[in-house]
Amino acid sequence: MDIVRVISKRSFVLGLPLLILILLATSPLYAPPYTVILLTSIFMYIIITVSWTMFSGPTGYISLASAAFFGVGIYTSAILGKALPLPLVICMGGLVSFCLALLVGALTLRLRGIYFVMFTFGLVELLLHFILWWEVNITGTTGRVVPTVSNTTVYYLMLIIFVILMLTTYLIKRSKYGLALQSVGQEEDAAAHTGVNVTMVKVMTFAVSAFFMGAAGAIMATRWTYIDPRIAFNPLISFLPVLMAIFGGMGQLYGPVIGAAIFTYLEEFLITRFPYYYMLIFGIIMVVAILYLPNGLVGVIQKLWKRISERKHADT
Amino acid sequence: MPILEGKGVTKYFGGLAAVSNLDFNVERGEALGLIGPNGAGKTTLFNLISAALVPKSGIIRFKGENITGLKPYKICRMGVARTFQTVKVFPDMPVLNNVVLGSYFGTSTNMSSADAAREAAETLEFVGLSGVKATPAKDLTLANQKRLEVARALATDPELLLLDEIMAGLNPAEVGQAMELVTRIREKGITIIMIEHVMKAIMNVCERIMVLHHGAKIAEGTPQEITTSKKVVEVYLGEKAHAGS
Repeated sequence: MDIVRVISKRSFVLGLPLLILILLATSPLYAPPYTVILLTSIFMYIIITVSWTMFSGPTGYISLASAAFFGVGIYTSAILGKALPLPLVICMGGLVSFCLALLVGALTLRLRGIYFVMFTFGLVELLLHFILWWEVNITGTTGRVVPTVSNTTVYYLMLIIFVILMLTTYLIKRSKYGLALQSVGQEEDAAAHTGVNVTMVKVMTFAVSAFFMGAAGAIMATRWTYIDPRIAFNPLISFLPVLMAIFGGMGQLYGPVIGAAIFTYLEEFLITRFPYYYMLIFGIIMVVAILYLPNGLVGVIQKLWKRISERKHADT
Repeated sequence: MPILEGKGVTKYFGGLAAVSNLDFNVERGEALGLIGPNGAGKTTLFNLISAALVPKSGIIRFKGENITGLKPYKICRMGVARTFQTVKVFPDMPVLNNVVLGSYFGTSTNMSSADAAREAAETLEFVGLSGVKATPAKDLTLANQKRLEVARALATDPELLLLDEIMAGLNPAEVGQAMELVTRIREKGITIIMIEHVMKAIMNVCERIMVLHHGAKIAEGTPQEITTSKKVVEVYLGEKAHAGS
């Protein structure tokens, strides 16, 4: 009886994501183009949110640098897009963001609390204005045209990055580095005196999360065809993942995923249905979610799951 | 060769010398008690040894090797573990994971997850916490949180253990258990330096005591010598303790 339950739970935990993945992978074959485009933006936000949570979730260091790493990916794609094949461009976008995060992390991760938050946000503005200045004074042109690819290609690339990201997050979470990250978030001094190379763990995870944001940016650039610094370094991209992660709940791996997915869909739905009131409705939903769902959607799901399994017990 | 050796160790906070020009030796296998009034520099000395703080001048050697200026995690991996005066457990982690972290990142790295979990479970057994393995650390009593800190430190497999007031705030029964635990740790061959205000514990567990006052060493010797030292009685123990015990 118990064995049956364990097996069915395991097949559920493995089977459901696999089924969803197969549906998603085949969707361009039968879904309307609009759905594929919508799914692409949903994946973009999922990638940014999951990468953000990979670092900021366990450590509690709230990074607002997501827009910087995403933007660096976009610009790398714009600069190298004509010279290199697309997969290489995406890797480069990720790598440049990775290196930037290593540098920034080494400099700033000794800051704690609000100082770290402010610095990471400052990075977005710094890069934005630096590139604006560069384009005005050095190259003399603002903005760039990015070679485009088909919507389906963009979709599949996002899906691949998403799958790699989920595997990476899962492996980190299960490894000893996942435990070290948690310990850093809960009692950093004690972690250091227990043999954890606190700086290395923080900086490396920060950089890995930046890699995925950069890769996502490099892909998205090809869909936008024209980019300039204000499009690439949009501060909203720094704040949205924080909201999406809180909305979804950070306790579980799938929390930021469903948070970002539902959040993005909701935004799209409200914009098309209520173009004049959408911000208002959206704001109210956010306030209600933060007030009444302290553990995000994950908390609700866990509560429901518990109730269902208790009822099953009562029946047997 | 002493396992730990300090020469001219000095640390200032602003203009105040928290530890000034301090020389000390700790022999392998001994238990050294560190006592003194509040603000004498005892915890600062622990922070200097474990590299939470960097000394302004002076040298600290562990097993003959200069460890001044190393990072805290390096010092831990060399075999110096510590507990904290104000308890610093990982509050939301289960008790077991608190200790597993020590096994993973202590002196022996490259430990498999099965080995780390087994070693952590053994350590919990040793300190008497195996009954609460799965409880979040924040839900333990103070006495058990202090035990957990000791377990986490032991899990790193240290040669030298720095215990910072592990008996403060405990009731007499708990103090007795803590003393027994320290004695068993000594029997494992681990060298101990302990800061403690519970004199009964210090007198019973340590064979040598060092007394600090205003960051300087004012006395050093066996418990017998310390309790009869006029200077120590004046600044720390007080007449009553001298006459009473």
